[in-house]
Amino acid sequence: MVPTNYYVILSAILFGLGVFAFIFKRNIITIFMSIELMLNAVNLAFVAFSQPLGKVDGQVFVLFVIVVAAAEAAVGLGIIILIARNRQTLNVERVDLLKL
Amino acid sequence: MTSFLSTNAELVITAVKIALLLFIVLTVNAYLTWFERKVVAHIQSRWGPHRVGPHGLLQPLADGLKFLFKEDPTPAGADKFVYYLAPLLALALALTSIALIPFGPQPIRLFNHDIYLGIVSPDVNIGILALFAITAMGVYGVALAGWSSNSKYPLLGGLRSSAQMISYELALTMSVVGVLLMAGSFNLKQIIEAQAHHPERGIFGWNVWPQILGFFCFFVAAVAETNRVPFDLPEAESELVAGFHTEYASFKFAMFFIAEYTSMITVSCLCSILFFGGWLSPFPASWTFTHYLPSVILIPFGLWVILDGFRYETMFGRIILPGVGTAIAGLGAVFVLLPNVNEFIQAPFWLLSKIFVFLFVYVWMRGTLPRFRYDQLMAFGWKLLLPLSIVNVIVTSFVILVRMTWGAK
Amino acid sequence: MGREMTAPLVVFFVLAALAVIGAVSLILQKHPIHSALSLIVVMVALAGLYLLLGAEFVAAVQIIVYGGAIMVLFVFVIMLLNAGVEEHTNLSKMAGAPGLLLVVALAGFVAATIAKSAESVHAAPQTGELASTLEISNMIFKDFVYPFELTSFLILVAVLGATVLAQREKS
Repeated sequence: MVPTNYYVILSAILFGLGVFAFIFKRNIITIFMSIELMLNAVNLAFVAFSQPLGKVDGQVFVLFVIVVAAAEAAVGLGIIILIARNRQTLNVERVDLLKL
Repeated sequence: MTSFLSTNAELVITAVKIALLLFIVLTVNAYLTWFERKVVAHIQSRWGPHRVGPHGLLQPLADGLKFLFKEDPTPAGADKFVYYLAPLLALALALTSIALIPFGPQPIRLFNHDIYLGIVSPDVNIGILALFAITAMGVYGVALAGWSSNSKYPLLGGLRSSAQMISYELALTMSVVGVLLMAGSFNLKQIIEAQAHHPERGIFGWNVWPQILGFFCFFVAAVAETNRVPFDLPEAESELVAGFHTEYASFKFAMFFIAEYTSMITVSCLCSILFFGGWLSPFPASWTFTHYLPSVILIPFGLWVILDGFRYETMFGRIILPGVGTAIAGLGAVFVLLPNVNEFIQAPFWLLSKIFVFLFVYVWMRGTLPRFRYDQLMAFGWKLLLPLSIVNVIVTSFVILVRMTWGAK
Repeated sequence: MGREMTAPLVVFFVLAALAVIGAVSLILQKHPIHSALSLIVVMVALAGLYLLLGAEFVAAVQIIVYGGAIMVLFVFVIMLLNAGVEEHTNLSKMAGAPGLLLVVALAGFVAATIAKSAESVHAAPQTGELASTLEISNMIFKDFVYPFELTSFLILVAVLGATVLAQREKS
C-alpha cells in the first residue's frame, strides 16, 4: 500500500503551490482559487491520516471543511462582483485606496 | 501471450467490455435518433425517414457520413483550447455514466473469471452517488461551450442552460433520497434487491408506488437535466435565436448530440433501477411460465418482419428485412430451446424493456408537449420541485421511523 | 525506492503528478478560465486519491460539491465579469523570485518534518479497507449534530449574503 507519508508530502507541496499562487497572481479571482487549493491540500492531509487510524473523524472534518468552503466561495464571489462593478478592474494592485 | 492474458485477466476483460459497450452505446444512440424521428413523425401524421434503406433504417448511417464530411470551421477569436475541450468533456462524461450501470445481477462464468454484465460489478458501494457526481460535472460542457464561442448568443444560451442544469440538479438528488432511505444503501444492487423483498408482489413491490412523488420529481428534474422537451430552451433558442452549440459544426456538434442521447439513456436506466425494480420481473415469482415471455415477443416479431420484407417495395428491403427477421426469430427460438440461457437473460431483458419504455416516453413528450419559457422553468424548479422533493424526504423518513417504533413494540 | 511498484503505488503517482501539474498550471496560465480548469483537474485528481484511500463518500462529495458547484460558481463569475488576460507589473515580477524561494522553503520544511516524524505515522499500516458511509453518518448525526445544524445555518447566511451583495443597486 502507499505509505501515509507520501500523501502528506503531496499535501505539503500542494499547499506550498497554493501559497505561491496567492502571493504571485494579480487577478483577484485567481487568488481566490488559490485559497481553495490550499483548503484542498489540507483536506487531503485529513483523509490521509484517517485511513491508518481506522476512524472516520478526519473524513467528517473534511465534509465540514467542504461545506464551509462552499459558503465562503459564495460570499467571496459576491464581494468580487461588487469590487468589479465599483472599480472596473480585477487587478488587486489597482484596488489599493479606500477612496473610490 | 497466454501468460500475459492470464496474469492481467481482469484488465483484458475490462478493456474488451469497454470496447464492446462503447460500440453498443454508439449504435443504440444512432438508432435512437432513427426511432425518435419515426415516432415524432407518426405523432405528426407523416412518415419519418423511409427512403434511405428499408423503413429508413440506414438513415443514421447517412447522417453519420454527413457529419464526417461536413466542413468544421472554428470561429475567429474563440479560445481554441476550451472550444475543443467542451464537446469532448460533454461526451466523455455522458459515456462514463453508462459504465456505472449494472445490466444484470449474475456474472457469466468464462475461463474461470466472473464477467459481470456492465463494466463494473453491480456491488459498487456508492453507485448512485457516483452517478450524480458525473451528472454534476456535466454542467461544464454546456457553460464552456457557450463561453468559448466568442459570440453573444451562445454565451447567453450557455449561461441560461447551465443555470437550468444546476437548479434542477438539487431537485434531482433530493428526490432520490426517499428511495435511498427505503433501501438503506447507495448500492444499486441493494436498491433493486430491496424492491424484491416480497417476490410475490411482483409489480406492486416496486418503489414507484410508495415513492410516487419522488418518481415524479425525479423524472421531471432528469428531463430538465438532459435539456429535453419541455425544458429544451437551449436547443429551442437555436430555432429562435441561438443556443450554446451554435458555433459548433459537424463533428463537434455530433459529439454534443451523442452526449445528449447518451444521458437520455442513462436517465432511463436510473428511473428503471431506482423506481421500477430494475431487472425484476413485474409478474410474481411463482409464475414461472412468464419466463417464456422474451421468446413469445421475439418470435412473432421476427416472423412479422420477415413477412413485411417479402412485400417490401425495394429489392434491397426484400433481401435485408427477411434476414433481420430471421435473426430476431432465431434468437427467440434459442431462448426457448436452451433453458440455462433463458434463465440468464430474464434479468437483462426486463431491464432493457423498461429502458425502452422510458425512452419511448421521452420521445413521446418531444412530439406532444410545448416548451417552458425561461422564467417559468426556473420558477418551476426552485419553487415547486425542490419543496416537493423535500416534503417527500420528510414524509418518507417519518413513515420509516413510525414503522420502526411500531415494529419494535 | 526500496518498494516494488504495486498497482496502488502506480495509481498514486499518476494522480499525484496530475494534481501537481494542475496546481502548477494554475500559477502559469494567463487567463483565469484556464486557471479554473486546472483547479478542476486538481480536484478530480484529489477525488481519485480519496478513492485510493478508501474514502468513497468523501470522494463523491468532493466531486459533487467542489467540482460540480463551487467551481461552476467560479467559472460563471469569470464569464460574467469578462475577466481578460491578466497583466503582470514590475512589482509582481520582483516578488516572484523571493516568493518562490520562500514557498519552496516552507513546503520543504513541512515535508521534511513529516518525513522524519514519529514512528507511529510510519508504522501505522494502511488498512486498505473502505470507510462505510454508515460510520460517517453515525458520527455526523450523533457526535457532531450541533456543528451539522450550525453549518446549515451558515449556508443560509451565505445564500442571503450572496444574494444581497450581488443585487443591482436600485437607482
